[in-house]
Amino acid sequence: MTRELWKGNEAIAEASVRAGLEAYFGYPITPQTEVLEYLSRRMPELGRTFVQAESELGAINMVYGAACTGVRVMSSSSSPGVSLMMEGISYIAGTEIPAVLINVMRGGPGLGNIAPSQGDYNQAVRGGGHGDYQPIVLAPASVQEAIDLTVLSFDLAERYRSICMVILDGSVGQMMEPAQMPEMQPVQRKDWEWATNAKMGKRERRVLTSIYLDPIQEEKLNLRLIQRWKQIQANEVRYKEYFLDDAEFVIVGFGTAGRVALSAVRTARQRGIKVGLLRPITVSPFPHEVIDQLAGRVEAFLVTEMNSGQMLEDVRLAVKGRVPVEFYGRMGGVVPFTEEILHEIERITTSKLSLDENPRDAWFERMMSSR
Amino acid sequence: MTTTAPENLVYDRPEGFTDTPTHYCPGCTHGVAHRLVAEVLEEMGVLDKTIGVAPVGCAVFAYNYFDTDFVEAPHGRAPAMATGIKRVLPDRIVFTYQGDGDLASIGMGEIVHAAARGENLTVIFINNANYGMTGGQMAPTTLPGMKTTSSPNGRDVETQGYPIRMAEMLSTLDGAGYVVRRSLHDPKNIRLAKKAIRLAFETQARGLGFSMVELLSTCPTNWGMTPVNSLKFVEEHMVPAFPLGDYKVAAGIAQIKI
Amino acid sequence: MQKEIIIAGFGGQGVLFGGQVVAYAAMDTGKEVTWIPSYGPEMRGGTANCTVVIADDEIGSPLVKNPPLAIALNLPSFDKYEEVLAPGGTLVVNKSMVDRDAKRDDIHVIFVPCNEIAEEIGDKRLMNMVAVGALLSALPEISLKDVEKALEGHLPARHKHLLPKNYEALKRGFEAAGEPVAAG
Repeated sequence: MTRELWKGNEAIAEASVRAGLEAYFGYPITPQTEVLEYLSRRMPELGRTFVQAESELGAINMVYGAACTGVRVMSSSSSPGVSLMMEGISYIAGTEIPAVLINVMRGGPGLGNIAPSQGDYNQAVRGGGHGDYQPIVLAPASVQEAIDLTVLSFDLAERYRSICMVILDGSVGQMMEPAQMPEMQPVQRKDWEWATNAKMGKRERRVLTSIYLDPIQEEKLNLRLIQRWKQIQANEVRYKEYFLDDAEFVIVGFGTAGRVALSAVRTARQRGIKVGLLRPITVSPFPHEVIDQLAGRVEAFLVTEMNSGQMLEDVRLAVKGRVPVEFYGRMGGVVPFTEEILHEIERITTSKLSLDENPRDAWFERMMSSR
Repeated sequence: MTTTAPENLVYDRPEGFTDTPTHYCPGCTHGVAHRLVAEVLEEMGVLDKTIGVAPVGCAVFAYNYFDTDFVEAPHGRAPAMATGIKRVLPDRIVFTYQGDGDLASIGMGEIVHAAARGENLTVIFINNANYGMTGGQMAPTTLPGMKTTSSPNGRDVETQGYPIRMAEMLSTLDGAGYVVRRSLHDPKNIRLAKKAIRLAFETQARGLGFSMVELLSTCPTNWGMTPVNSLKFVEEHMVPAFPLGDYKVAAGIAQIKI
Repeated sequence: MQKEIIIAGFGGQGVLFGGQVVAYAAMDTGKEVTWIPSYGPEMRGGTANCTVVIADDEIGSPLVKNPPLAIALNLPSFDKYEEVLAPGGTLVVNKSMVDRDAKRDDIHVIFVPCNEIAEEIGDKRLMNMVAVGALLSALPEISLKDVEKALEGHLPARHKHLLPKNYEALKRGFEAAGEPVAAG
């Protein structure tokens, strides 16, 4: 196995090329810009399409147009840019066509900053745009995972005619780690039965639209999307477990927050604390089932995120009030240190926890009293 | 459609149309513009390889009427969608069909940059000086003093600004190959419009860059006029404000014989 | 095994590349490694730092609060990282750019005149390699030879002619770390 030292953003760019990316449309924004820069060189040398768009709105609608023809297409951005793209995301969802979007998240709201954040969790997993739809959302925690999930995102997007987002905080985009690239896949232009690539003397005309003026027809679309979502839920949930076999306490964290938690869990284990880690890889569909099962046998959960407790709500839905769910988050681009999570592990394993307390409120009070 | 043509047949549905009757109001020139596009695509023999991009506005259902592949864009984004399509399928004919709110207001960024990049696509721009589908609000092309549902006392340029002349503006961009303005208010001008549409698509077919035909059009319903008075309004008020003419004809296009 | 290293200095002192060289050497010797920079406007002329974590197993946190190892190429970095270094840790300080002694006595501070040594070799830009060489004296998991091989294997072809001087800078730094040097 040959490993190379890859920077997260460039690794994603090369992985998308190897997955058969035919067209990329993007706009510069830190901390994502290396994806755009890398592809501005790489795509033309392979005879593929690269366009630096006039805005993220332009970029996502170019993606929308290219996706209608059935080619593998992608854009990438960071939080404020992804907000602008939400229009196109909703249309793509409503048109039932595949497209991949990378969000290298930064601190917010507003212009925020360029530091690593997970503040776009809700925007991503709840869809972000208007109307009823759910995107597939993958959350890598390392450069290797960023590569693997980028490749997977194209397959999932096509299999389910869905938007597939890969969300990573800025630190995964900026870090370098040894990683192995997949083999170069040939570009396969599949003649999908829905693609509007012109009749070319072979078939009747096709129309791709997200308009269903008749509410009954729109509702049919909504039902179809839910039906597809149920298949996604049944087949595509992914997560990684650490030290869960005998765990009495479970930390749930995705991306970088999950990695930091791993360091804390290891130290806690050395101190004899029976704590494990569940790191969701698909945050949408969310791994409800495994958390549901764990809730039947562990004493408490600790959710840790680089936001104010967005995934926390999904964990609480799965736990259904059976055991306490506690929360620790840092926001604004602050990455928690291992010691902070360790401190939280010690707190939940040594103090009496309440089932009635709102974990977000309790965390907020601790945050405010500590400054 | 009749299968046996009578000897004196002078007018029929072009092959580029489906059988679907349009939803446009009586007297609206959208139908005329649609027909011209369909005739040109048929005459060029490119219906089979054409992909249209419909806008948001009255022409939102344009995809029902043309017998070609079609996609439906978000409001104003048709040039971006068309860019995405044309870049991955450069041998196809790609066109957008947009109104003035779509193209000159919410989609200003997309149209300017598609032209600046010299995207090889054709834009049919319907300028009827108001937002038709939403019920006649002020558009970027509404004439000074013109009453609309959102400028009930007439467009006051002091507070509501001035009309935008898109053909002139886009013609300044080096990426634009063919940018002209025509009108649909009488048969002579309709014939000139058709020729311009043909040249626009020829520009694309030859890879000579961005092409746009702006068409001055009527909106009898929202203007509160009869169809005939609407046509007169175009001639008397719109043509002076939006002069007809060739604003950009790149070398190589002027020589095209059709 | 897990070791964390922070390398800090002014933008332009080769802080990020210094860390990458260590990361390449760690990867080539079969270890897990993460390299993460402070990124953004900081990179343009201000202070810059990167964190390198080397381990045998999957690496958790890519950042560290109290590193056991650090390089400070300028005074602000010395001030900052002397304070947070883990007790018993080693801090390599570029003596050429600091004018004070160490304050803590529970850490090893190695003063190396990186600028002067680099200039003796004939290229002041090699100052970062001198500091990395000195760091290796406290990082037995990676040898001087490992770093030399990493440079050879990963330096772009157009820079290959610089290899001998880079090797010398590493070696001189490593040796200087062995000689106690009084602070200026």
